Amino acid sequence: MGKILLVIQREYLARVKKKSFLIATILTPLIFPAIMGVFVWIALEEKGNQSLRIIEVIDETDLFFMESSEQYAFTSSVEDPEEAKKMVQDGERYGFLHIPKLDLKNPKGIQFYGVENPSLTLMGYLESALKQKIEDQKLYDQGIDPKVLKEIRTDVSIQSITLGDEGEEKINDANVNYAIGFLAGILIYIFIFVYGNQIMQGVIEEKSTRIVEILVSSLKPFQLMMGKIVGIGAVGLTQFLIWVVLIGTLSSIVMGVLGMQMPQQQAMEMANPEFAQAAPDSGELASILQVINGIDFVTLVVSFIIYFLGGYLLYGALFAAIGSAVDAPSDAQQFMFPITIPLIVAYMGLFVFILQEPNSTTSFWLSIIPLTSPIAMMGRISYGVPFWELALSMGLLMAGFLITTWLAGKIYRIGILMHGTKPTYKILWKWVKSSQ
Amino acid sequence: MLQIDQINKSYENHRALTDVSLFVPKGVIFGLLGPNGAGKTTLIRIINQIIEQDSGTVQLDGRKLSPDDIRKIGYLPEERGLYKKMKVWDQLVYFSRLKGLSENDAKIQIKSWLEKLEIGSWRDKKIEDLSKGMAQKIQFISTVVHQPSLLILDEPFSGFDPVNAEIIKNEILELRDKGTTVILSTHRMESVELLCDQVAMINRSRKILDGTIREVKMSFRPEVFQVAISDLKKDLPQEWIPKFANDAWEFTLPLSGKTPNQLLSELMDFGEVNLFREQIPSMEEIFIHQVKAAQNG
Repeated sequence: MGKILLVIQREYLARVKKKSFLIATILTPLIFPAIMGVFVWIALEEKGNQSLRIIEVIDETDLFFMESSEQYAFTSSVEDPEEAKKMVQDGERYGFLHIPKLDLKNPKGIQFYGVENPSLTLMGYLESALKQKIEDQKLYDQGIDPKVLKEIRTDVSIQSITLGDEGEEKINDANVNYAIGFLAGILIYIFIFVYGNQIMQGVIEEKSTRIVEILVSSLKPFQLMMGKIVGIGAVGLTQFLIWVVLIGTLSSIVMGVLGMQMPQQQAMEMANPEFAQAAPDSGELASILQVINGIDFVTLVVSFIIYFLGGYLLYGALFAAIGSAVDAPSDAQQFMFPITIPLIVAYMGLFVFILQEPNSTTSFWLSIIPLTSPIAMMGRISYGVPFWELALSMGLLMAGFLITTWLAGKIYRIGILMHGTKPTYKILWKWVKSSQ
Repeated sequence: MLQIDQINKSYENHRALTDVSLFVPKGVIFGLLGPNGAGKTTLIRIINQIIEQDSGTVQLDGRKLSPDDIRKIGYLPEERGLYKKMKVWDQLVYFSRLKGLSENDAKIQIKSWLEKLEIGSWRDKKIEDLSKGMAQKIQFISTVVHQPSLLILDEPFSGFDPVNAEIIKNEILELRDKGTTVILSTHRMESVELLCDQVAMINRSRKILDGTIREVKMSFRPEVFQVAISDLKKDLPQEWIPKFANDAWEFTLPLSGKTPNQLLSELMDFGEVNLFREQIPSMEEIFIHQVKAAQNG
């Protein structure tokens, strides 16, 4: 045990003391708020500098009255479409909306002319405005008073509340759950790949420089392998914790500074242009906070750490085994397949199934099978997962980790002393089976 | 000291060691000889407990080899390396602590070794900034720093210039004189003759000879004498192929069943015997002869 600690210590210090570690650890969290800051700043600048865009409308039906917004103004100064097109070309108008005589039951042939491609936002805005006008017109034709129409229009939003076992109520928001599941899943995915690769590189370094021959005359190959995996894992955790602290502080500073320049409501309009039209819900922020309060953070954090470590250890052992079998990093490619595939399946599953339907059968199995569960379960967890599923998944992850470590240990102890052979899966399997 | 009995070891498609037995007494330098692929490295790895033998036993100081013995053994592999990015000092501390030294003992030992080899100024340098010979010195220190009672050196002089090789050679002799047992595996027969007290030779997985250098040489002497005669009284037989050089006739003559004294008295009849010396083979000649003999069947 003492020797494993020595290896852990060396692996940890050798990496943490590197300049590149320091730079990556400090710069990465700076990049996030910096990017966020830049986007918000650009958006603010654009909004400030943007001149009002004037759109010429020729409405041959005389039914539509386009309401101007902050960005777009609508005029009807000419009658002839050709004239209007010329105005657009001359730059007098941003665009030209041509509404020909049309059948309300089948409104086709509305055209928009512009010198540049109109943004999706503009098209969406025009389409929804026209759609509403046509619908209103149809209702009116059926004899419904426009006043009544206005009163009918209501804004509905459903608040989702889950009932706990003891009847306690929790307010949910699929968006918040999605964001948390997404972040946690991606983090674990990246962590496994980045630090798994470091394990592999480290093993290859020791093997190719023949340090390993001296090392294994001092301690058991298994101790060496475990020391390396745990030491590098500790580096990853350290980096992660520093990031959490740094990103947290910096983000709140950046948001705090920007928040003072921009009223909350405006910020939301920026983030989602539809808010500009819909009556802004002043309680939105409060309800998000309420949702966040409703999430069981203890379970979330504890599970994150368990899956984070479990997944890393499970794959870390495999990365170590691959590193031990090859002579150079370029030879490792052929064995990466069995590692990459389940990780990518889990990653794709996260988007295709889990975040969409966290309780479907596919989601369930993805979050139970140890090779995919670290990523998949983290995607589900903020939606709430029954305790027995969590326990089963974690139990299997532990078992999976023990199996891969056992397998890897067998390959490792032979692989690190083999030089000049190009191993195949068949040879690896022989190593696993052989007693020495 | 080290007793190896009937060791066998096979890999998947070849035998590495067949019934190899060796006895290495305390405080000697023991030469382990043999061509590449003979099984030397396998034997060394077994003594180091890196791999396990299929059958047979290894005893150190009268007891079966156990993981605790790692502390007593120092191993310098033929193919060796150090962490390139690590500092000399950190590296030595790491290796010696892996061998079981306490941090304090490690520091004391490393300090005295660095001073002894006059390389104290390197302690904060990274290995990648050192020359190959310098790195070899560090490697040597890492092998002996935990004061092993058994030192296994595989081609210890490769990579050294003659000056540094001499320094290392003297360190090895000094360790031997202090009671350390040294197993020296090498192809360089001149260092075998110079350093080794005893040798064993392995070829094609089997031990083919062992003993002290003198014993080995005596058992392989071809019983041929070198002779030089001047002031001839009568003609030398042509089949001896005599050559005239340095005012004397020189040739070699096998004993052919006679004792050296009988041969000498016969020779005295031909003239003045200036030289009469038995030809003793060098270790190199024995080595090559043995390997070739094994190849021919």
